[in-house]
Amino acid sequence: MQDDAPANDARPKNVGSRVQRLEDPRLLTGAGGFVDDIQLAHTLHVAFVRSDHAHASILSIDADAASALPGVIGIYAAEDFPVKPLHATSRMKDYQSTAITPLAQGKVRYVGEAVAAVVAETRYLAEDAAGLVDVSYAPLPDLVDPRAAAASDVLLHDGHTSNVLVSRKFTRGDVAAAFAKAPIRVKDTFRFHRKTPLAIENRSYLADFDKGKQALTLYSSTQVPGVIRDALAEVLEMPGHSVRVVAPDVGGGFGGKASLYPEELTVSLLSRLLGQPVKWTSDRLEDLLTTSQAFDETVDAELAVDSNGRMLGLKAEILGDVGAYSIYPWTAALEPMQVAGFLPGPYQLENYQAQVVAVATNKTPAGPYRGVGRPAAAFVLERLIDMAAARAGLDPVEMRRRNLVQPDQFPYRTGSGIVWDQSGFTECLAMASDGIDYSALRQERDAARQAGRWFGIGVASYAELTGIGSRMSAAPGMPINTGTETATVEIDASGAVRASFGVASHGQGLETTLAQIVADELGVAVDGVKVIHGDSAAVTHSTGTYASRSTVLAGGAAHLSGQAVRAKVKEAAAFLPETDAADLDIADGIISERGTNKTLSLKEVARAVYSEMGRFPLDMRAELDLRATKFYDPEFGTTTSATHIAAVEIDPETFIVTIKRFLAAEDCGRLINPMIVDGQVHGGIAQGIGAALYEEVVHDQNGQALSASLVDYVAPSAAETPKLEVLHLDTAALGTLGGYRGMGEGGAIGAPAAIANAIADALSHLNINISELPATPERLFRLVNAAIEGET
Amino acid sequence: MIAKRPLSLTVNGRDYQRDVEPRRLLTDLLREDLGLTGTHVGCEHGVCGACTVLLDGASARACLCLAVQADGREITTVEGMGDIGALSLLQEKFKKHHALQCGFCTPGMLATAHEILADGAPLADADIREALSGNLCRCTGYEHIVRAVSEALAESISGRVQPNAG
Repeated sequence: MQDDAPANDARPKNVGSRVQRLEDPRLLTGAGGFVDDIQLAHTLHVAFVRSDHAHASILSIDADAASALPGVIGIYAAEDFPVKPLHATSRMKDYQSTAITPLAQGKVRYVGEAVAAVVAETRYLAEDAAGLVDVSYAPLPDLVDPRAAAASDVLLHDGHTSNVLVSRKFTRGDVAAAFAKAPIRVKDTFRFHRKTPLAIENRSYLADFDKGKQALTLYSSTQVPGVIRDALAEVLEMPGHSVRVVAPDVGGGFGGKASLYPEELTVSLLSRLLGQPVKWTSDRLEDLLTTSQAFDETVDAELAVDSNGRMLGLKAEILGDVGAYSIYPWTAALEPMQVAGFLPGPYQLENYQAQVVAVATNKTPAGPYRGVGRPAAAFVLERLIDMAAARAGLDPVEMRRRNLVQPDQFPYRTGSGIVWDQSGFTECLAMASDGIDYSALRQERDAARQAGRWFGIGVASYAELTGIGSRMSAAPGMPINTGTETATVEIDASGAVRASFGVASHGQGLETTLAQIVADELGVAVDGVKVIHGDSAAVTHSTGTYASRSTVLAGGAAHLSGQAVRAKVKEAAAFLPETDAADLDIADGIISERGTNKTLSLKEVARAVYSEMGRFPLDMRAELDLRATKFYDPEFGTTTSATHIAAVEIDPETFIVTIKRFLAAEDCGRLINPMIVDGQVHGGIAQGIGAALYEEVVHDQNGQALSASLVDYVAPSAAETPKLEVLHLDTAALGTLGGYRGMGEGGAIGAPAAIANAIADALSHLNINISELPATPERLFRLVNAAIEGET
Repeated sequence: MIAKRPLSLTVNGRDYQRDVEPRRLLTDLLREDLGLTGTHVGCEHGVCGACTVLLDGASARACLCLAVQADGREITTVEGMGDIGALSLLQEKFKKHHALQCGFCTPGMLATAHEILADGAPLADADIREALSGNLCRCTGYEHIVRAVSEALAESISGRVQPNAG
């Protein structure tokens, strides 16, 4: 036995370390492979003819001039693809789904909806021809305002009873009694404006139908190759084994690539029809018109508080504008229901009632976007808490400290029924205020105010469920269950380790973090583990990466499969030569026998297993391999939480908000790779800053998108983003394998609320409430002017 | 059919001759005709910066440039800045500081950062942020990018390491 061999061979070496990413060398040298980088011989290219009406009947499509152009293969409309429409079904009472088809059938319901597909030998020619296609429309009333749409007799979808797709009420406790006795009540109407996820890589699809094999491969910039594979199998009526969806390198997703898109259906159908590869890559205009949007909620909310600042009750009416279709597979319920579900936050709040209404309008369909409903929920509740704190004469940090679920109260069932299993709510609040030196920051603010500057501090605490298992649902009653994840770990005859997952990494670094787990379990080097992801053919069943699930679920499955393969290695090694498997250690790819100096490499064991099977007893050979597939189901999930603190200054002439400090203190359980965790939190915060200050999808009264370029839809650059400070609690979560919690979204949840509170604090001398985000210079100018006029 | 025009240019030190339509974008020439897919297209209207390359040593938006405008000129794309196993100083620092996540904006970010290093002026973090403000990144929140560029710039200026491309 080697003297330096570890006593406990399962001791993690890689989990918890700042391992440099295995993805990086290819991505840094231009050697990555995004969908649009794939060039297959004889590929045809698609340009879509898109609706310039928000709501209209399609009268006719004249494609004669376009068809006559040299290089044009064909022009296709809905009737060319008589497939069965897909529906995002739900078990929710009174829910109304919508038919999802490759191209618009008879009617268009938002500006940018695909009406016809032009196929040509090059994209240039396809676009030339698309410009010649003449679609005539009969305009229908544009239903742009969700309240008007809810009341309208004009229906977006035939057969619906109204444009309300989802309506639901929650009640818990005695809300009326709580409000009746409350000395302090605060309320407002809060408006979170529509956002787009804005991945820098636009959506891109390349379908390759193999006529000989009658098999389709779709290369898709998707987060959910498994979901898309199953949907394509259904729509194309092909067996799953003949449909493969590959998400290669994907240039960011943030939820915008987590749904099925009509273009994925169309290029797949076209490739099957034409027997050639067919590619479409979105341009930015198409992205801003057609990629799923989010956060479009209006919330009327009221909070009741006692004279000690204790929260007694909360009431809310949530109106979600979900756009023209109920998105597949998540449904239109996804975001508005999450607003209601998470509105009570990480606080002790026994009395809660909420009404949720999700309304279809003539706008781009809404779908998941980083945080899903929780950014709006945190914005509303955290503003109400600050408003109540001011009335109670409490500091915002103290107000939160009194109301957060305390460590001895877990598990805690919230007013909406969500159970917080356990998380560092109070610890994160303390870590944030210590980390930023809250009292010194308050002194700095007070000194700035003395000097006439508009300087404010904002605090926001939140909690989210991550890594949700089979007993929970990402959206209530949706058609798929996302609660398990699978991992296949295998050592091949060369001794190389491969670990295959159903998840799909698009920036999260899963090729590294999952390799860290497998490497520790098997006792091999991290860069010796090849992680396969983003390929529906890699595992039997998969969905993808979304909802802060991959670390918890795939990580758990990696532990289980890795352990199973480790046991197989030891079992096999015990015969070479004969020893007791219990006496074997594995480290750095070397198997050693405790108390002896006998060693064996993993490669030698692999060779014996696959090529020298005679060395093993006959009855062992039926299961003689170094491979294991395990599933992991965390059943409920785990609670991730954080407190964010922002300090801002507002320029009284330009009304530009500058973030002076931003700190997040979070509990995401055990960190697999602290460097990657920091990066995820930074990215989420930057998107939260965008949501708070800059980003807004704007439609006019006819449903025309006014924010249709990156000049008009403003995302933060490095210059608008401050230095970001992140602190971690780093304690293992209870109830998940490995002790991990999901943390891909949280940064985007806390930041808008913290910044809104900081802006309100900076303008507290004018008694201005910040109830609308983004707080653009124009909005702040109007608020300040109205306040000043009101005083005079 | 629009008449094609002859074009000769140097990309990453290699000379190319092609006949292209005058309307063909430089991004399409690089990506489709020359197979240099490291240059990415994010917006095609010059805002996001993903397509940034070095044109005669200066950063330029390849999506706003016609291929014929590059006639007789010298271009460096990300493929010419370093190689797997032989990363440039900037590429090393990006890797060390986790300055990329999905990697889609990275080639353009590297081109702009390369210009910052080539200028050689010492910059505070706020100046680096300003200098990078023409390149959008949606994943990183920029924090690690600023760290990577700052450290690369400091080492480049101190002369311990010379930038090895451009």
